[in-house]
Amino acid sequence: MSAAVSLRARSARALSWWPAWLLGLLVLAAIFAPWLAPMDPDRQNLLARLKDPGFETRGATYWLGSDELGRDVLSRVIHGARVSISVAVLSVLLSGAVGVAVGMLAGYLRGWVETVLMRLVDIFLSIPAILLAIITVAVLGPGFVNVILVLALTRWPRYARVAYGQTLAIADRPFVRLSRAMGAGTPRVLWQHILPNIAGPLLVVATLEFGLMVLFEAGLSFLGLGVQPPMASWGAMLSVGRNYIATAWWIATFPGLALFLLVLSANMLGDRMGDVIGKGR
Amino acid sequence: MSLLAVEDLSVQAGPLSLVDGVDLDIRPGEVVALVGESGSGKSLTALSIMGLLTEGLSVTGGQIRLDGTPLTPARLQRLRGQDLAMIFQEPVSSLNPLMPVGAQVAESLVAHGRATPQEAGREAVEMLRRVGIPEPERRARQLPAELSGGMCQRVMIAAALISRPRLLIADEPTTALDVTIQAQILALMGELAAEAGTAVLLITHDMGVVAELADRVCVMYGGRVVEQAPVGPLFAAPRHPYTAMLLRTIPRLDDPPKEELFVIRGNVPSPRDWPEGCRFRSRCPRATEACRSRPALEGDDHRVACFHPMETP
Repeated sequence: MSAAVSLRARSARALSWWPAWLLGLLVLAAIFAPWLAPMDPDRQNLLARLKDPGFETRGATYWLGSDELGRDVLSRVIHGARVSISVAVLSVLLSGAVGVAVGMLAGYLRGWVETVLMRLVDIFLSIPAILLAIITVAVLGPGFVNVILVLALTRWPRYARVAYGQTLAIADRPFVRLSRAMGAGTPRVLWQHILPNIAGPLLVVATLEFGLMVLFEAGLSFLGLGVQPPMASWGAMLSVGRNYIATAWWIATFPGLALFLLVLSANMLGDRMGDVIGKGR
Repeated sequence: MSLLAVEDLSVQAGPLSLVDGVDLDIRPGEVVALVGESGSGKSLTALSIMGLLTEGLSVTGGQIRLDGTPLTPARLQRLRGQDLAMIFQEPVSSLNPLMPVGAQVAESLVAHGRATPQEAGREAVEMLRRVGIPEPERRARQLPAELSGGMCQRVMIAAALISRPRLLIADEPTTALDVTIQAQILALMGELAAEAGTAVLLITHDMGVVAELADRVCVMYGGRVVEQAPVGPLFAAPRHPYTAMLLRTIPRLDDPPKEELFVIRGNVPSPRDWPEGCRFRSRCPRATEACRSRPALEGDDHRVACFHPMETP
C-alpha cells in the first residue's frame, strides 16, 4: 500500500514538472524535424495552394493544411521549431555569457570597474529593445546569425543585473575569503567559488529569457527583420498567414499555437525552478 | 631575525581609526597569541597582514614585512597559500558549500599550479588523514554540509597546512566549536604547526588557550597594543592594568568559594568614543591626568604602554 502511495506521490511530482516535459518534447521535435516532418517544408505545390487541414493529394496528406505556395503547414511548423529553438538557445548562451561575466566582474572587483560596467548596463536598459534591434538589423542586415547577435546585444544587461546582485551577496561570504587566503586569484575565485553558487538564480533567468527570445525572434521575423525566406520561422509564417486569416486561418493559427506552447512551457518551467530554488534557501 | 614584522600599522574605515599604530613581530616557528576583547582590532590586524581587508577598510599607515621585505599586493598574492595561510572562526560557512572538501583542501596547491589535480587530490586525502578525519578517501568526496562543525574545522586546518606555510594566522579557530572539541582542535593545530616549523599568530580572547599554546602574548585594547611579553612573565606579573584585569577574569579552581566572579567595569568603547591618550583610561582604576597623553610601548622583552604600570612583585 505504501508502495502505491509513493508511486502516486512520485507521479504527481513528475506531473508537476509538466512544463519541462512539454519543452523537452518540443526540443525533440526540433532535433528530429527532418524525420518527423511528413514533407519537405520548402517544396511548393502550386496546385495545392491554401488547402484545408486534412487535404489529401497523390498519397500525401496536408494534416494542417497548406500555405499560399502549397507548402505543408505541419512540416513548416516542425521545421520552424528548429529555427525558434536554436535562435533562442544560442542567443541565451551568448547574452548569458556576456552578461554574467560583466555582472560578476562588477560585483566582485567593485570600485571603478563596478561603476563603469553597471552604468553601461543602465544605458543599455534605457534603450527600447525593439528600437535597438531594428537599428542593429538595419546596419548588419537580417539573417539567422544577425538575429542571434541582435538578441544577445539587447538582452545581456538582464543577466548582468542578476549576476551582479548575486555576486555582491556571495562575495562577502567567509568561504570566498578563505579561498583568497589559500591563494586563489580573481579568475579562480569567480569561476570555481562564485559562479557555482549563483548558478541557480541565473538558470531561472535564462529559462524565462528563453521564452522571451522565442517571442522576440518571432517578432523580428514577423517584421521581416529576422530569419529570411525560405527558412521556416513561426514569426514569418504568422506574418504571411495574417494576409489570409479570413480565408485560410490555419496558416497563422498553427505556428501561433506552437509559439504559445513553447513560450508557455519555458515560462512555467522558469517559475517552477524559481519556486524550488526559493524553497531551498 | 623576525619572520613577520608589523610596524606602526593603522587601519581606517573612512575617517574612523580602527587599528592605530600596532607593532607586532613573530619569529620563525613561534606561537604568538593576540588577545583582547571584541572590537579591539585583532582580526583587522590579521586581515591586514593577509591583505584581505574588506571593501571600505584600508591600511592607512605603517609597514608589514615578511623576511624583512615589505608585503605588496602582488607579493601577497604569491605568498597566500604558500608561505602564508589563514583559518577562520566559522568552519562551516568558511567552506564552499558546493565543492567537495578534498578539493578545498587541495585549493592552495592547485591555485598555485604546484601539483596536478590528481596529485593534489592524493595529498589532500593524506592531509585529511593527518588531521584525524576517519575514512579520508570517502570524506574527501563529500560536501561540507555532510560534515560536522568540528570536522569542517579540521578540514580548514588541513587546507591551511597542506602547503607547509611559514606563518599560519588562526582567527579564533575554536570559538564556534563545542567546548569538548575545542581542546582537541587546538592541540591538533599546535602539533601540526610545530611539526612543520610553522609560526602561528593565534587570535583569541580565551586566556586559557593562551596559557596552553602561546610562546608570547600581545594584548590589544582599543586598536592598540598595550602589552607584549613572553607568556610566563605575562601571566606571572602583568604590567598593564588591563592585562591584569583580564587575567583576574579567569575563574580558578583555588578561588575561595562564593566569591563573585571578577568583571571589568563597562564595555569596550566604540571607535567613535575612544578617549584621547590612553584608551583604557575610561575604565582604568589607576588613571590620572598623565593618561590624557598617549603612552608609548616601552621595554625590551616585556613591553608595556602605561604611565602607571603594575608593580613587579
